[in-house]
Amino acid sequence: MTATLDAPAPEAGAVPSFQVTLKIRRFLPSDDAIPTFGEPFEAEPRWDEFTVDVHGTDRVLDALHKIKWEQDGSLTFRRSCAHGICGSDAMRINGRNRLACKTLLKDLDPSKPIVVEPIKGLPVVKDLVVDMEPFFASYREIMPFLITTGTEPTKERLQSPKQRERFDDTTKCILCAACTSSCPVFWTDGQYFGPAAIVNAHRFIFDSRDEGGTQRLEILNDKEGVWRCRTTFNCTEACPRGIEVTKAIQEVKRAMITRAF
Amino acid sequence: MQTHQYDVVIVGAGGAGMRAALESSTRVRTAVISKLYPTRSHTGAAQGGMCAALANVEEDNWEWHTFDTVKGGDYLVDQDAAEVMAKEAIDAVLDLEKMGLPFNRTPEGRIDQRRFGGHTRNHGEAAVRRSCYAADRTGHMILQTLYQQCVKNDVEFFNEFYVLDLLVDHDLAAGDVPAGEEVNVSGVVAYELATGEIHVFQAKAVVFATGGAGKIFKTTSNAHTLTGDGMALAYRRGIPLEDMEFFQFHPTGLAGLGILLSEAARGEGGILRNSEGERFMERYAPTIKDLAPRDIVARSMANEVREGRGAGPNKDYVLLDLTHLEPAHIDAKLPDITEFARTYLGIEPYTEPVPVYPTAHYAMGGIPTNIEGEVLRNADDVIKGLYAAGEVACVSVHGSNRLGTNSLLDINVFGKRAGRSAAAYAATASFVELPESPATTVEAELETIRTRPDGERVADIRRALQETMDANAQVFRTAESLTQALEDLKALRKRYEAVSVQDKTRTFNTDLLEAVELGFLLDIAETVVVGALNREESRGGHFREDFPQRDDARFMQHTMAYRRPLATGAVTVGDDDGAFSRAEEFDGYQLVLGAKPVTVTRYQPMERKY
Repeated sequence: MTATLDAPAPEAGAVPSFQVTLKIRRFLPSDDAIPTFGEPFEAEPRWDEFTVDVHGTDRVLDALHKIKWEQDGSLTFRRSCAHGICGSDAMRINGRNRLACKTLLKDLDPSKPIVVEPIKGLPVVKDLVVDMEPFFASYREIMPFLITTGTEPTKERLQSPKQRERFDDTTKCILCAACTSSCPVFWTDGQYFGPAAIVNAHRFIFDSRDEGGTQRLEILNDKEGVWRCRTTFNCTEACPRGIEVTKAIQEVKRAMITRAF
Repeated sequence: MQTHQYDVVIVGAGGAGMRAALESSTRVRTAVISKLYPTRSHTGAAQGGMCAALANVEEDNWEWHTFDTVKGGDYLVDQDAAEVMAKEAIDAVLDLEKMGLPFNRTPEGRIDQRRFGGHTRNHGEAAVRRSCYAADRTGHMILQTLYQQCVKNDVEFFNEFYVLDLLVDHDLAAGDVPAGEEVNVSGVVAYELATGEIHVFQAKAVVFATGGAGKIFKTTSNAHTLTGDGMALAYRRGIPLEDMEFFQFHPTGLAGLGILLSEAARGEGGILRNSEGERFMERYAPTIKDLAPRDIVARSMANEVREGRGAGPNKDYVLLDLTHLEPAHIDAKLPDITEFARTYLGIEPYTEPVPVYPTAHYAMGGIPTNIEGEVLRNADDVIKGLYAAGEVACVSVHGSNRLGTNSLLDINVFGKRAGRSAAAYAATASFVELPESPATTVEAELETIRTRPDGERVADIRRALQETMDANAQVFRTAESLTQALEDLKALRKRYEAVSVQDKTRTFNTDLLEAVELGFLLDIAETVVVGALNREESRGGHFREDFPQRDDARFMQHTMAYRRPLATGAVTVGDDDGAFSRAEEFDGYQLVLGAKPVTVTRYQPMERKY
């Protein structure tokens, strides 16, 4: 005995089935030459269009899966949890950075092809997959872990609900890179730490238990640090977790001025 | 092909894997191999909390927690393991706090605690506040915090590497090794997704922490990547899988989608209602109502739907009502799950009840281990150097039904133990010689699938698998439905022999890996179905309509499922009256069942009422 699985979900989402076309940026590196399969592949990116039938509650990820599973198995993208918590499937959808699993197709204009591209500013590995290593390297540089001195208490460190609330927003980050790869400064200068790294620094700088704020502020005072931010707010718009990214960056800048080094 | 050598190799970088890595990497040379970037792991999707009897907000103690765990698991729990978990829970929570985990706080600044299903005061008197939490993102915070500590400790990761074989000096699937004889692990074989290159990792100790297998079902809260890899690799090498028939269906998945809405919704006061608006849990669990354990709530919901009291146009779900809660309270305590309802169903939980239906959520079973995390190859003997922890393992603290929050606890307590044990073993052990050509099996499998010109599509077989599992092996099961599932599985296995992929490249070939993962899913599904068919009783998450009572006389033992060659006789370790002496033939091998006794320390089985 199971729920009716194939039926579109409940009346609230009762949008009838419809058709969408996706225009997807494809890329395969030229060194992917397999002797048994003939000629090396083209290294030039191309655009492919696919049309699929979808349900009212389907997301862009569902459409990508339909394409991969029914039309072209070689279409390549990352995904895991499929409900916006693992951060695998950040991509550029109609020119905006979003998670494919949180973007409902019914909310996009179905009269035009939905344009899907990899996020910008990171090297493309294949199709919608980019090399995340530079992104994580910036994250690691800001010392994203609690720093304390002295002896540890036997029980928990005390923290008031208000102190806990102070950094709540930036604890929500899932490291999907939607913010960093939407930042025009990052596009032109890959050395810039980028919003995600600063958000994660903020998470510790404003944690009452942490004692490494000064070190992190020194790191972010670097020429590739927070001062490169031009407050274009792309990052805040891109964040699938609703983090006020630009505000967090501004708070870090302010802390740099007000906290004595 | 590249070869690497490490003292300890940990497979999987979710909560259990990273907790193990923090123990192991400070003691011996350790590598963590993960098919995902660590922060993508599904630990991050856990929401409600992690129980520990801190007694920060009301009286509590670890013995009550142990009792609740044992009763929650319908007495199939190994009580020594449950005691360890409940006792060490307190330090596990405090450890996480010291690592920086941002728990919600009481007005005094202590870690706040809330109610959760099946957790009670004084052996069932009333619900107790035991769950330590960070809004409804506790798993996210645990995953992030453990990864932060791994960064701090320079843990070495091999990300987007798929482990596809376990190297052991005796192939148990080729036949039984006499009891008492030593079986040793020598390493693993992995596939690098980015390049298609094969890597052999020689290791003194291997820790499996690969998580669950929810993708055997269609409606599931699990990630696409939860394909039972570690369980299947062990099973293929003849290592038994324990209690696989016990799968948890979480009551509150978003209807039609399966996306998880935490039990914390009910812990914070949410109520389940049928189409008549009735709080139906009052009839099924008069004392703790909506906070009864998940198996009971899921079955009650399915029963309401079955008896025509389901809501919605097709009367196929029930409603989770939060409308009586203050919006500010919802925002503070349940922000993510209410956003899921808005995003995916267009429902506003402040004012409308949310459509929910049970969703496949958690494998209680897995690779059998003892409380040190050592993997067992039968009811008694361990495999030297092999460890497992977390959902992939069965220690067994969850028995036939896991209590909410006990999985986040399990990964922390037993991840730590497994990492510590593996490091201690590796510190004194020497490397076991690798087989002559260790990667042959993996290379052959991958090349066969990749080069097969045209055949069955992965997605077609997988869909058929998930549909038969949902239809025949879900909340309600019968001999008839399970026999149907078994027949379907055998037919699908035939089709799988002809599986092919369209992507023939070496770079990031996820088409190929999905085909490999489908093979794992088929392996896992057969252990679930055969175990369920054999267990002619109802206990915890396993409900047989044709055997609705618990039958302690015949079935208060753990099921062990072994893959063996067709020629071998039955393996009946620890099984007195033959209740577990089933063998099921598949193409080229048989699945042989055996039993393992349940460890009972202080709680004799009682009727399970809430």
